[in-house]
Amino acid sequence: MPVQCAACGKKAILKRPKTADAMCRECFYWAFEEEIHKTIIDAKLFTPGDKVAIGASGGKDSTVLAYVMKALNDRYNYRLDLYLLSVDEGITGYRDDSLETVKRNRDQYCLPLKIVSYEDLYGWTMDAIVKEIGLKNNCTFCGVFRRQALDRGAMLTECNKIVTGHNADDIAETVIMNILRGDIARLRRCTAITTGQEGSLPRCKPFKYTYEKEIVMYAYFKKLDYFSTECIYSPNAYRGYARAFIKDVEKVRPSAIIDIIHSGESLSIKKDVKMPVQGTCTRCGYVSSQDVCKACLLLEGLNKGMPKLGIGKPHKVRKVRDIHGYV
Amino acid sequence: MSLNLKLEFSGGAELLVNKVKNHDITLPISSKLWTLRGLLDWIKDNLLAERPELFIQGGSVRPGILVLVNDADWELLGELEYELQDNDHIVFISTLHGG
Repeated sequence: MPVQCAACGKKAILKRPKTADAMCRECFYWAFEEEIHKTIIDAKLFTPGDKVAIGASGGKDSTVLAYVMKALNDRYNYRLDLYLLSVDEGITGYRDDSLETVKRNRDQYCLPLKIVSYEDLYGWTMDAIVKEIGLKNNCTFCGVFRRQALDRGAMLTECNKIVTGHNADDIAETVIMNILRGDIARLRRCTAITTGQEGSLPRCKPFKYTYEKEIVMYAYFKKLDYFSTECIYSPNAYRGYARAFIKDVEKVRPSAIIDIIHSGESLSIKKDVKMPVQGTCTRCGYVSSQDVCKACLLLEGLNKGMPKLGIGKPHKVRKVRDIHGYV
Repeated sequence: MSLNLKLEFSGGAELLVNKVKNHDITLPISSKLWTLRGLLDWIKDNLLAERPELFIQGGSVRPGILVLVNDADWELLGELEYELQDNDHIVFISTLHGG
């Protein structure tokens, strides 16, 4: 006897992790899309006329995001101009393959695509950076450069907003990682649905409450074309542990993912906790809590043959820079 | 008599089985019925190239790997206790890879 859909009584194909409801294919599509619509409306993520860059990696989350954003924009007449925006880090055998997926998405969804590369923006590909620095701190470079690259790419296409495919599982993972690191500033920021208004483009996460399982199931049933291979340079062990932990807890109690996000949202920081003051970089004008932003510092290190310059805590970096007489 | 199954590994799970997505397999009929639990043991012994712990943990699939039987979530079908039928299509999708 097949399990029936909680909404319509047809044959169910999936058990929703958030609600434990069994659902058929059509009711699942509808519930999945409507919840994202509700998130968008409740948080007032967009206003008509917005030009929105969808950060597109070719992976499952951003592929589903592009598909759903287009569907909802049509269904509810958000009147958004949607663009696909991809960052080419210059990683042979990884990004070049995933960019092919994004190009297919461009054609499948009829959305314009802009690709910005690290090589154009910074003069360095990740392949070249790894040759310089090895496989230890390369992810620091990539992460810092990607943040700015999305902003710069969005500005080049005159977009005024960026959406990314970060899902509920990702955010729960980040909460755990920030707790483990004692990173209070990021802990407070990481659950916000929109970040980065001052000095950079607003960035929002329409999948903030969307479970990874549902994103993958949606992509599977809709036969969406996505790319899934781990970056060849990234063992990313730390996030890997947080990720495995979240999945283990989800197995026992599926609501844990939303509960962890809720915990992050509810934290209030004591007044006497020192928080970094957000200013702007004196070199490039990008938001930074230091006088020179991390990207400029990393770049200075690369260009001066001291690639470790920007790695580590700011006060330690300052010491190194003082010793070497850099301004 | 034997039990024919179509196995599919995707979302990165194929990396654990020699990077091959589709495997048509035949299980010998034994006195006991084949369940998904038994299939996982069979996969461990016959398909997993290295590091089986990336696929199987505590006697089940590693949390974060989704399982579908004939396009339905195995969580609706009794998970490990599901009794396999001839020509079943079993899909394993990893969600643990980057998005």
